[in-house]
Amino acid sequence: MSATEASPAEKGVLQIESLMGFAKRNGGLIALIAIILFNIAFTPNFLHPQTFFVNISQVATIAVVAVGMTLVIATGGIDLSVGAVMALAGALAPLIFTSSFAEAYPMLGLAAAFVVPVLVALLCGLFNGSLVSFLNVQPIIATLILFISGRGIAQVLTNGNLQTFSHKGFSYLGTGKILGLPFQGWLVIAIACVIWWLVHRSLFGRYLLAIGGNETAARLAGAPVRRVKIGAYVLCAGLAGIAGLIVVAINSASDAARIGNLMELDAIAAAVVGGALLQGGRAPIFGAILGAVIIQLVKYTLLANGVADEVALVAKAGIIIAAVYLQQGRKE
Amino acid sequence: MLDQSAFDLRRYLTGNAQTTGVFVALIALILFGLLRYENFGSAYNIASFLNYNAMFILISIGMCFVIMTGGIDLSVGSVAAFTSVVAAYLSPYGIEVALPGGILAGAAIGLLNGFFVVAMRIPPFIATLATMLGAKGGALIISGAQTVSIDWTSNFTKLGMEKAFGIFPWAIVIVALVAVILWVVLEHTSLGRTVLAIGGSEDASKLMGLNVNRAKFFVYVLSGGCAGLAGVFLASGFGAGQPLEGIGWELSAIASVVVGGTLLTGGLGSVPATIAGALLLGLVFNILNFENGRGTISLSAYWQMVIRGAFLFIVILLQSRMSGPVASPKEN
Amino acid sequence: MTPLVSMRGISKSFAGVAALKGAGLEIEPGEVHAIIGQNGAGKSTLVKILTGVYRRDAGTVMFDGKDLAAGSPREAQDAGIATIYQELNLVPLRSVTENVVMGYEPRRFGGLIDWPKAHARTREILQRFGVDIDVRQPLGSYSTAIQQLVAIARAVSLDARLVIMDEPTSSLDDREVATLFEVVRALKREGVAVLYISHFLDELFAICDRATVMRDGQTVAVRNIADSTKLGLIADMLGRNADEIASAGMTGLGGESRAPGEALLVANSIGSGRALRDVSLEIRRGEIVGLGGLLGSGRTETARAIFGLDKLDKGEIRFARSAKAPASAADAIKGGIGFLTEDRKAEGIVPDMSVRENLTLALLPRLRKGGGIDRKREREIVARYIKALGIKTASMEQPIKELSGGNQQKVLLARWLANEPELLILDEPTRGVDVGAKLEIQTIIRDYVAEGGAVLLISSEFEELVEGADRITVLQDGRSVAELTNPGITEDALVAAMAHHEERGPA
Repeated sequence: MSATEASPAEKGVLQIESLMGFAKRNGGLIALIAIILFNIAFTPNFLHPQTFFVNISQVATIAVVAVGMTLVIATGGIDLSVGAVMALAGALAPLIFTSSFAEAYPMLGLAAAFVVPVLVALLCGLFNGSLVSFLNVQPIIATLILFISGRGIAQVLTNGNLQTFSHKGFSYLGTGKILGLPFQGWLVIAIACVIWWLVHRSLFGRYLLAIGGNETAARLAGAPVRRVKIGAYVLCAGLAGIAGLIVVAINSASDAARIGNLMELDAIAAAVVGGALLQGGRAPIFGAILGAVIIQLVKYTLLANGVADEVALVAKAGIIIAAVYLQQGRKE
Repeated sequence: MLDQSAFDLRRYLTGNAQTTGVFVALIALILFGLLRYENFGSAYNIASFLNYNAMFILISIGMCFVIMTGGIDLSVGSVAAFTSVVAAYLSPYGIEVALPGGILAGAAIGLLNGFFVVAMRIPPFIATLATMLGAKGGALIISGAQTVSIDWTSNFTKLGMEKAFGIFPWAIVIVALVAVILWVVLEHTSLGRTVLAIGGSEDASKLMGLNVNRAKFFVYVLSGGCAGLAGVFLASGFGAGQPLEGIGWELSAIASVVVGGTLLTGGLGSVPATIAGALLLGLVFNILNFENGRGTISLSAYWQMVIRGAFLFIVILLQSRMSGPVASPKEN
Repeated sequence: MTPLVSMRGISKSFAGVAALKGAGLEIEPGEVHAIIGQNGAGKSTLVKILTGVYRRDAGTVMFDGKDLAAGSPREAQDAGIATIYQELNLVPLRSVTENVVMGYEPRRFGGLIDWPKAHARTREILQRFGVDIDVRQPLGSYSTAIQQLVAIARAVSLDARLVIMDEPTSSLDDREVATLFEVVRALKREGVAVLYISHFLDELFAICDRATVMRDGQTVAVRNIADSTKLGLIADMLGRNADEIASAGMTGLGGESRAPGEALLVANSIGSGRALRDVSLEIRRGEIVGLGGLLGSGRTETARAIFGLDKLDKGEIRFARSAKAPASAADAIKGGIGFLTEDRKAEGIVPDMSVRENLTLALLPRLRKGGGIDRKREREIVARYIKALGIKTASMEQPIKELSGGNQQKVLLARWLANEPELLILDEPTRGVDVGAKLEIQTIIRDYVAEGGAVLLISSEFEELVEGADRITVLQDGRSVAELTNPGITEDALVAAMAHHEERGPA
């Protein structure tokens, strides 16, 4: 009922907790350093620039999706459809720039190949967000619909075919370099900065965190709860769309069955490892990127040391459980 | 408080109307098929239809129990893939070993789910998402990412080839048996009633002195075991363990459960209606196949996914339309 | 006759604050016993110690002549104590029978539930209460009254010796209350004791034998209802002399008067749901209007309706120039209303956010600059209010959950003041804060009114209402029944207005 005052004893507990919280908050960073040290010691060629670039391009897609996922998780929700939305966007792009329209108007075609898939992704987010905030469907069920049908639609569009292409303009997204760094690395930094600004400097972000922290209080203080929740899903889906384009551009090929497969897991894991709370109320954007780097490095470490892909799956499952478990403890 | 009860009534009636609705729809669809296609009622079509859908009926029933407690089990597809491989490896020892072996392997993963959810208090979808990954990885590891052929000389082949009493495929007989047992458990034991009470109100169940944790453990182990048995059928039906199968099965199961009138928030559900839901979903595809055969429409296999998602969407729409806004999980 | 329940010298503290100081309670077998007291008197703490929800720090609890450890609700249940909670702890989706027998089902065939027997037993118990319903139907398809009876039936089927009813009539209509009373009498006939907790004094006179009165964590009186008057019980609860209250209105002392401004808000016979039936009130600029009434009289509901949170079933609200009631909180805020809610934790603070972010949460639309928040102005405003209101915080970036209750409340008050509202609704603004902070908060409110603001004040503390408000609208059962004007209001006059109005409920 009424809130109790914090007694001196409780304050002491709070201090100890914040100390432990400090260790836990920096657990991600500590883990990252440990992995890097391990790799320097045991993984051949780890410090080679090529390794660095390979990892950056892999991290980029996870990071972009994880940033969006962080926004949704901040509202206390979850988005399982990100992988499918990636597939949808990734299948659409080659369809557009290899169409006869694009051959007639190359520049327009290229622009459309970037814009249309992202727009479609945003629509997917609108669908998810509307189900969650207007029909009050649990986020996990609401996003389950597109989790499966989204990829189905992508496969229907491409008839399940692998689309290969060579298109210099489009591939720049995956293979271009600025100042020696892969383009998508810069893109991630740019996206992270924009979203960080949104979360910490805009009304939307303030409302987002307030809604995740205490929805009733936020509503009573005049927060537009529905709009903000929908906004989070729309942004998340849009970012997934961009990630889908990156994957296709890197591979110069688009296979609707494979793009973004199991990405929802990577993204959730990265967000949680980065410090997002499943109950909502926290949106550590750069934490999500740190999480993405850790997830990727774990994968890479296992792979480079001859551990099979399949074992990496199990390792990832372990990381998710451990990260969420530690968080549960932190909340109480 | 008062509004709450009035609104629960509406939810209940919705559930009931839907339970009746699913049987009506099922009969209507069967009549439609019988009138339109001459082979629809053939022994072959019925047997192969039931045989194929036996697996989905199983996982749907397991899922139904989990959802009735207000949880979810996303791992069922991977678990079935995993146990199909286990059963294939055990097939040389005969059906006496392979059948229980597969079930136990599934139940063991279910036990892990239960442990995560009950003891570690990890949200069900995260816990089962992790075991989904883990089981998938496990299936790929023990199979070497290849299908594992069953031992054709052992009596394990009987499961897929021979018919009980010369009429029904064994899979159907076993599923019928499981369904009857679980129906009795749900309707006539205090364990079953506890499962329903938890979904209705976990707090009230605790205050009534019910053993909530035991019941929650039970549903996850049951769901794992059902998926395990489905995996055994998968191996016997295809003559091999299929480590790559099971993708999207969780969605089919959830859709069947929801179509059968079970509330996603828990507290309401029935075994026969869930079976009817699974059959209805399967029948839609059976009829689409017939239409494809007649050349009226030409839908690729990819449409399956899209239709499944659309189906789930419609059911969710109907459920929330009839029941009004469902309280968001955050508020609890 | 040995008493069924005998609690003696019970003490209990929460985080160093004493909730009970040597309180006691004695209930005879087959007696209907009331426990009454103001908010915070310790009633619910005492009851929760009896039911095993809380552990006592000191004292003894005897039940049926035996020492009762009651370390858990289950243990108390097994001993024969059943509680019918305010929020019914039943499962509406399941059948009536299931709700009665759940966890104690009759069995047959080695483990299977004997449904025919379960239904029969449930039907039989309910029929004893004069209720004849289809026990196979889901509980949620019946009225709250029936649900309450089912909860009691569960208690009876578990052979309870004591049934505790916490505010059982708060959502029942008069006819349902009559049925409930019949059941209480039936329980009494069967020798089951009832501990009855209610804010409606009339009900006590209708069915209770004795009443234990609590005040400030202590048992101050045990009265035979037959020998008591309502006024006498209220006097006990408040720690005053009954004669003084009775002669209220004769004294001419009271709050100061201010020149009333123009009408700012007019509510005309508004109703919403069952808790808010027919309330009319007027608030003018530059005045504090108090809402008086016992718990459950519709005070918070009135506030919620004015703030646009609950839709009106009837009546109209005119605010400033608008002829319509606000449609949402955001709408109300834009129109110039602020609402400091009663439940600080659930409806006020965002615990993980900083003082700064909590303080400006309602102000954000006005801090918009470019696409973002004008952080410089935000900090200026926050700094200004921290200083003006004397909020004790390490910095404006400290998470609000680390502040004391009084300082949290000041931050929330600042959240609304920063919006410069024309009308501020304050629901229990000083609850759960220490004396120092309380005075400061009251000063802040007075300053705000002095500058032309208007306040609708809800408080369970009569002193705060009587001294603070220019006028008090008194509510009873969701209706406005009286209006008192300062100068001239005394606490006794207020209590008299709350208690004396027409008798309610079936006798």
